[in-house]
Amino acid sequence: MSTLSLGGGRTIPAKYVPVMVTACLFAAMFLAGGVRYEGFATGQIVLNVFIDNAFLLIVAVGMTFVILTGGIDLSVGSVVALSTMIAASLMSGPGWPPYVVVPLVLLVGSGLGLVMGYLIHAFDIQPFIVTLAGMFLARGLCYTIGTESIPITDPTFTVFAQTRLDLFADLWISPSVVIAAVVVVVAAYVLHYTRLGRAVYATGGSEQSALLMGLPVGRTKVAVYTISGFCSALGGVVLSFYMLSGYGLHAVGMELDAIAAVVIGGTLLTGGTGFLLGTVLGVLVLGLIQTILSFEGTLSSWWTKIVIGLLLFAFILLQRLFSARSRL
Amino acid sequence: MDAPAPVLRMSGIGKQFPGVRALDRVDLRLLPGEVHALMGENGAGKSTLIKVLTGVHPADEGAVELDGRPVAFASPLEARQAGISTVYQEVNLCTNLSVAENILIGREPRRFGRIDWKRMRARARELLARMELDLDVSAPLSSYSLAIQQMVAIARALDVEARVLILDEPTSSLDADEVGQLFRVMRRLKEEGIAILFVTHFLDQVYEISDRMTILRNGRLVGEYLTRELSQVELVAKMIGQELEALDKLHGEARAFTRPLVEARELSRSGAIEPFSLTIHEGQVVGLAGLLGSGRTEVARLLFGADHPSGGQLAVRGEPVTLRTPRAAMNHKIAFCSENRKTDGLIEDLTVRENIVLALQATRGWTRPVPREQQDQLVAKYVKALRINPPNPEIPVRNLSGGNQQKVLLARWLILEPRLLILDEPTRGIDVGAKTEIQRLVAELSDGGVAVLFISAELEEVLRLSHKVAVLRDRRLIAELPNDDELTKEVIMETIASGGRT
Amino acid sequence: MRRLLWPILILAALLLVNVIFTPGFFSIQLREGHLYGSLIDILRFGAPLILVSLGMTLVIATGGIDLSVGSVVAIGAALACLQISQDQGVLVAVALSLGLCLLLGAWNGFLIAAVGIQPIIATLILMVTGRGLAQLITDGQIITVNEPAYKLIGGGYLLTVPFGILIVLVVLAVTAFLTRRLALGVLIESVGGNAEASRLAGIRARGIIVMVYAFAALCAGVAGLMISSNVSSADGNNAGLWIELDAILAVVIGGTSLAGGRFSLGGTVIGALIIQTLTTTIYSVGVPPETTLLFKALVVTAVCLIQSQAFRDKVFRRRGGTAPPQPVNEEKVRVST
Repeated sequence: MSTLSLGGGRTIPAKYVPVMVTACLFAAMFLAGGVRYEGFATGQIVLNVFIDNAFLLIVAVGMTFVILTGGIDLSVGSVVALSTMIAASLMSGPGWPPYVVVPLVLLVGSGLGLVMGYLIHAFDIQPFIVTLAGMFLARGLCYTIGTESIPITDPTFTVFAQTRLDLFADLWISPSVVIAAVVVVVAAYVLHYTRLGRAVYATGGSEQSALLMGLPVGRTKVAVYTISGFCSALGGVVLSFYMLSGYGLHAVGMELDAIAAVVIGGTLLTGGTGFLLGTVLGVLVLGLIQTILSFEGTLSSWWTKIVIGLLLFAFILLQRLFSARSRL
Repeated sequence: MDAPAPVLRMSGIGKQFPGVRALDRVDLRLLPGEVHALMGENGAGKSTLIKVLTGVHPADEGAVELDGRPVAFASPLEARQAGISTVYQEVNLCTNLSVAENILIGREPRRFGRIDWKRMRARARELLARMELDLDVSAPLSSYSLAIQQMVAIARALDVEARVLILDEPTSSLDADEVGQLFRVMRRLKEEGIAILFVTHFLDQVYEISDRMTILRNGRLVGEYLTRELSQVELVAKMIGQELEALDKLHGEARAFTRPLVEARELSRSGAIEPFSLTIHEGQVVGLAGLLGSGRTEVARLLFGADHPSGGQLAVRGEPVTLRTPRAAMNHKIAFCSENRKTDGLIEDLTVRENIVLALQATRGWTRPVPREQQDQLVAKYVKALRINPPNPEIPVRNLSGGNQQKVLLARWLILEPRLLILDEPTRGIDVGAKTEIQRLVAELSDGGVAVLFISAELEEVLRLSHKVAVLRDRRLIAELPNDDELTKEVIMETIASGGRT
Repeated sequence: MRRLLWPILILAALLLVNVIFTPGFFSIQLREGHLYGSLIDILRFGAPLILVSLGMTLVIATGGIDLSVGSVVAIGAALACLQISQDQGVLVAVALSLGLCLLLGAWNGFLIAAVGIQPIIATLILMVTGRGLAQLITDGQIITVNEPAYKLIGGGYLLTVPFGILIVLVVLAVTAFLTRRLALGVLIESVGGNAEASRLAGIRARGIIVMVYAFAALCAGVAGLMISSNVSSADGNNAGLWIELDAILAVVIGGTSLAGGRFSLGGTVIGALIIQTLTTTIYSVGVPPETTLLFKALVVTAVCLIQSQAFRDKVFRRRGGTAPPQPVNEEKVRVST
């Protein structure tokens, strides 16, 4: 692969290769889009991807923690929807103020994650199944609150939705992007510089070994699902800034997007290997696909799915080739 | 010997697993500054005793005292915090993490809660230097060999203020140099007053390093002895509970082998084994001798089609063949009992019967099942012939001891009536009784015209069984020696040492 | 048999709840030569799920997972309905549709067995792409068909019995024959239990893996025909949505471990019936249908807790029944020397 010779002769440690590939893919897509479409190759296009996908990025960060331990969290999309629903209903019905509602939403999301993590750890049940139950539960709670979309008119939320933070040279971002960036930075710090983060990697590498090395595997597992629940709830809050409504059908299938972003970012689904930067790039790649399709304009909506699927395929195949080669 | 007060005392330890009384009122005491060998056959209860001590399993009965105070550990972490560190039989580290992390994870040097990577790497290098190792501590552990990983595991155990260090078969994957290196470290720790509990299957090592030993048999305590007061023969007798038979050569009279079965010519696989030529005749037992990592297993895997050769030819009964898969080798009646029973041999979920007929079923394909009656007959025959215990073919194979699992694996290949049987370390980690039985079986097979390629780390065993010994060194076949009266263990070791250039 | 005990008890309990709320629940009547009754309805509406779950059982037994079955359901339904709406014969349409499903399954199997991609990722590709493909086939429309012969598959009766139930029985019988009478079952369990050991025992895992994924897709295709035939239309967007999750759930409730190895077809059928009965129960008890998912979540949690050894130990305080002596090193490090 020619993109790998960027390092000029220096060897890149094998663990960085998947992230490099994702970065190259993103760059290639950006360049291809720039060549093909008028007004594509601008900084604002990249920033728009962030603006439109801030909630996905936050959710994918939580998913990265879970997948690094070798688990999976199918509940994220539903928890996002539940968060928008709780926020919208509490603000429109009893008229609770946002500074009460938002912490409450975050608490509910974290609590759900905590319970799921506890079930997985204490009773040794497959994460796939437990979080599937969590997915049903959260979605069911949404419908119990209401089956219709609830608009959000709270001024704080609308301000958040409409504010533009101007950067240099006509570039701008939304407050959501700042929230997402803070989440990414904090998460990267936790993964790299704290015991919890290293225990996450160790658990994903070999749970049995981690246990025998005296690491708090159980606590780590509960923690990652709690983190994922928190991120999903925060993602839900950010999504309600974006949508200005709460709806039980928000974020359907978002768990797939989050998993896809993490995988495209080079994190192995078996756990133990991957970087948060990869996840950021994965979200960017997914977002850019949608941007390119919207620039193309004439294609029907289902082509989005087909193209995402095909790119997922091409990319997984590429990674597979690299991992096969780096093992020699 | 006026012994100092024991640092650790376990008394009356009992542990019950479903269907197995793993430990029955066992005592153990460890004195400071001694190397204490824990001896016993497989299934004697050594591993269980260690797991009870380190808090992996709770004990059903009995008491543990550390420095005279009763303790009960709920987890390996608690045990380690109390000063009991363990290095398990197989490396239990996270190979995806760096060497430094594997040594220090869980007690990383931190500054304001932030892991201090620089100090961590320095500390790791320091600990490895104590073991005379110089590694790139930020490289992932997976980039190092199993032997190095073992050393890293010991370095990890050393970092804590250990009072008791448990080494559970640490030497089984180390070569002679590395064992020597390990023993130097053990002696140094002993001088520092640490009590070392040492488990191994190599009797020589026990006599080289240990001061005292505790012997277990079938979950019961046989006794505690000073090593210098117990002869090897007595030790073995106490371990297996019977007198050891004389170690005759089993391969009988020297025979002339005229009918070549498998001939490898300049067969090679890059990165695994240099081109080698080897002829195995019908009814001949060929021993493969060489140090760990010398290419023994690689030769076996090439002859079985488990790996693809990168050059050379292979002929079976004079016909040139290409073995692309194990199945292709099986069609030529070649069978391979791999070294690693758990990962490359048995399907632990399945029953003894299903495991035994698996290879036969594979050759027939899924459309032609082996009739149940035939299965039962075959299985009953081999359970009896190999004395597989318990003789119930319908229990999951995971419930069997190591030796019996090995017999199940052997039975799987014997029912295929192979012309060449490749045995990679068939007696490693199994008890002496089962070992003798397997050796006798090899001799019988050879008498019946079956060729056997016998791989073992124990030279005595190779010499005892083989008609011809092929010696490997550094991934190269360096000599083929006929097993006559002049061939001794020393000659083979000399050959390995000199690289066959005599 | 012991491991089927809990699923059977749960199914029985669910049925009992129904009897309490609907006294005539167990009655089965013969009306106009057709069997009617709540139990028949459960079987009839549960038929697609049972089919998909049977295929999923074999996939999971090999240590894999197939997330794409829902999309395959949609594709199968879409192609068959498109063909019929273009005046193609029903048999040809069904054959074409099932052929495509087989092909898609074999593609999954190829990615997993030959290319070596993790099953969850390999089938994720088709899960995402497949929805798009189904909508591509129907051009984003809902295709309506009015063909009595096609209606038979999902909504018709044969010899008084709903045709769908007969299909399930036939597929179940064929699966049981292939796996338990022939040797496919033990080979699948062997591959799922330990892939490398199976290879060294001479098992050709590739063929088996391609076969089980093709089989799972075929089952999904038949389920797709059934679903679309029952409502006389194909909806590329919603047909079979989330059925892969229900199917995986059914398999797990039925006692097959997601790690692969031993599997139980009977358990899977019971698992699928539990899920279907649950839906029926919610209607008969009179709970608002919006909360179906809530109850599903509760039942899933209950079933998994009851099956969890750790939970039973904690709740029932059983002694001596703790985990068997587990070897410490499940994943031993393999180092290529």
